[in-house]
Amino acid sequence: MNEKPDSAFEPRIVAFTCQYCAYAAADLAGTLHRSYPASLRIVRLPCSGKLDALHVLKAFEEGADGVCLMACSEANCHHIDGSRRARQRIRYLQALLKEIGIEPERLAVITATSAMDGGLPQAAAEMTEQVRKLGPSPLAAQRIPSTPKNRFFA
Amino acid sequence: MIVAERKPFAEIQSLVAGRKRVLLLGCGTCVTVCMAGGEKEVGILAAELRMARQLAGEPIETVEDTVQRQCEWEYLDAVADKILAADTVLSLACAIGVQAIAERFPKVRVVPALNTSFLGLPTEHGVWKERCQACGNCLLGKTGGICPVARCSKSLMNGPCGGSQGGKCEVNPDIDCGWQLIYDRLSALGELDTLLEIEPPRDWRTSRDGGPRKIVREDLRQ
Amino acid sequence: MKSGSNLERILTAGYFAATGELGPPKSADAQVIRRKAQILKGYVDAVNITDNQTAVVRMSSIASGALLIQEGLEPIIQMTCRDRNRIAIQSDLLGAYALGMRNLLCLSGDHQTFGNHPGAKNVYDIDSIQLLQIVRGMRDEKKFQCGEAMDVEPRFFLGAAANPFADPFDFRPLRLAKKAKAGADFVQTQLIYNVDKFREYMKRVRDLGLHEKVYILAGVGPIKSPAMARYMQTKVAGMDVPDWVVQRMEKAPKEERKKEGIRICAEIIQQVREIPGVAGVHIMSVEWEEAIPEVLELAGLLPRPNLGN
Repeated sequence: MNEKPDSAFEPRIVAFTCQYCAYAAADLAGTLHRSYPASLRIVRLPCSGKLDALHVLKAFEEGADGVCLMACSEANCHHIDGSRRARQRIRYLQALLKEIGIEPERLAVITATSAMDGGLPQAAAEMTEQVRKLGPSPLAAQRIPSTPKNRFFA
Repeated sequence: MIVAERKPFAEIQSLVAGRKRVLLLGCGTCVTVCMAGGEKEVGILAAELRMARQLAGEPIETVEDTVQRQCEWEYLDAVADKILAADTVLSLACAIGVQAIAERFPKVRVVPALNTSFLGLPTEHGVWKERCQACGNCLLGKTGGICPVARCSKSLMNGPCGGSQGGKCEVNPDIDCGWQLIYDRLSALGELDTLLEIEPPRDWRTSRDGGPRKIVREDLRQ
Repeated sequence: MKSGSNLERILTAGYFAATGELGPPKSADAQVIRRKAQILKGYVDAVNITDNQTAVVRMSSIASGALLIQEGLEPIIQMTCRDRNRIAIQSDLLGAYALGMRNLLCLSGDHQTFGNHPGAKNVYDIDSIQLLQIVRGMRDEKKFQCGEAMDVEPRFFLGAAANPFADPFDFRPLRLAKKAKAGADFVQTQLIYNVDKFREYMKRVRDLGLHEKVYILAGVGPIKSPAMARYMQTKVAGMDVPDWVVQRMEKAPKEERKKEGIRICAEIIQQVREIPGVAGVHIMSVEWEEAIPEVLELAGLLPRPNLGN
């Protein structure tokens, strides 16, 4: 956790992205040939509110250095409440990460609208930088072998 | 329902400290509904434990399962193989479920992941409040459906006390004065005269004060 | 005569009664009681001794009462339902009577979360109204709560508390009726600063004929400082302190504040004395017992009637 940040280290970030504003913004950015950090993996959700706590924990458990939620602003959520609930859930998860011993800054929310094309890649790059400074996830080095959930190893 | 909440993570870690194979067993009834110990909460806690233990350099193996109710042995019997294969069962049920496992599997180490708090209901999404103390002698018929044992901080039978102000209890402004509620309800029902009767001292034997309780239905015993 | 206590005889004879209050120490030091007794001796008809008030552990009311009797004063012991069940209560009262106590105030008691042992187990086996019934049963029927008989019964003059300012306001006179029905011989009210509201309460009390069933003593108390006035106004449940009280305390120059507090108290006494149905006053002066003789002097209530033994 206290390793010196490696400037060659490319943080692997999972970006849970709602299909409305955020995905549209990502698309638009692509159309305008603005680039995203290479190691950003986008997972598309029907609404940010569909984000499950287990998705985020699994991402970290599988070795993600950072996770972000790219969501519409609370006022613009197509499903009215989804964005607000998702943000509540993110705050809850940040507290869980702290309990576990992982820096809560590895988890963040990025607000996107299709109108602000420059914003999304910029925000994603900022988050990537933040995670780069934190270094690889403390779990990444010792990736937990995938345990079958319903029985112990023999 | 029975309302419980997850123990602090540090305490749960200490309960499974040094244990390598832990079964996290959830319950599908009360604790699912109050979002403390259902299938999802099992998944979250298991992930947390695995990650925290990995970071500490002492990996833990977890198995996750959830049964319909932990308070009945037949549901536990259905997962007996998992219970017996674990060196600790971390039960996410209420304390009844934890004890049911201990009684049914006397050689198995079982620890609680939750603090069982009270009998109550959700007044809004995410907020649960106490409503019943299981006193064994329900007097709701006399008090307009509002319980003075559970909702009056002093369990007064002839309330309210002098600390009732603005409909709130002197103990905490978040607590409604139970007797104000009773008064309002009986007023609305036109039954305020009931409050002029003096309720005599209660026989608390039907409550926990008489010792651990049991109920027997002879017509049902095999 | 129910108890033959000085307080009972004063009220029965028709005098306007004056009772005081004394807070026992947070220690085992009997001297504190003796010292406070000397401050009040001769100035009041009887003295309340609080029972772990606000759930803070202090020397018990009954023990303090025994010391007061040694000093030649008459105690009104207080018994709350917060800390003792019916077994302990009846037992303590047998002892209190044997030690010479004759006046008893029956209270539900402040919740233990207010005090210095908030984690203590909550008793409240019975409430104040049930307690009145039980003690009246001991006195008038010579029976314990369970129905068993006793041969020498404790004969207490029974008191209760009344709060004209708590909610629901409409129910308060009816609750007083319940206390009278349960056995209260006298009541002491919560501190009065809003005399108009108290007048309104007394009107309803008179309409119910309660002033003829129980002796009503109006609770009054001198305020020491503007901070105290503000605290009571905002932080004490069940108290009604109008702005004029706070303002007068704030306007008074610093050296004059205590005198102003005493003056306000004496004025309130004079006002409540004129309300029909009020049989006396009960002066509460926490940790400032010295103010009580001054208040009584200013209010013209001294000397107290001496009815002899």
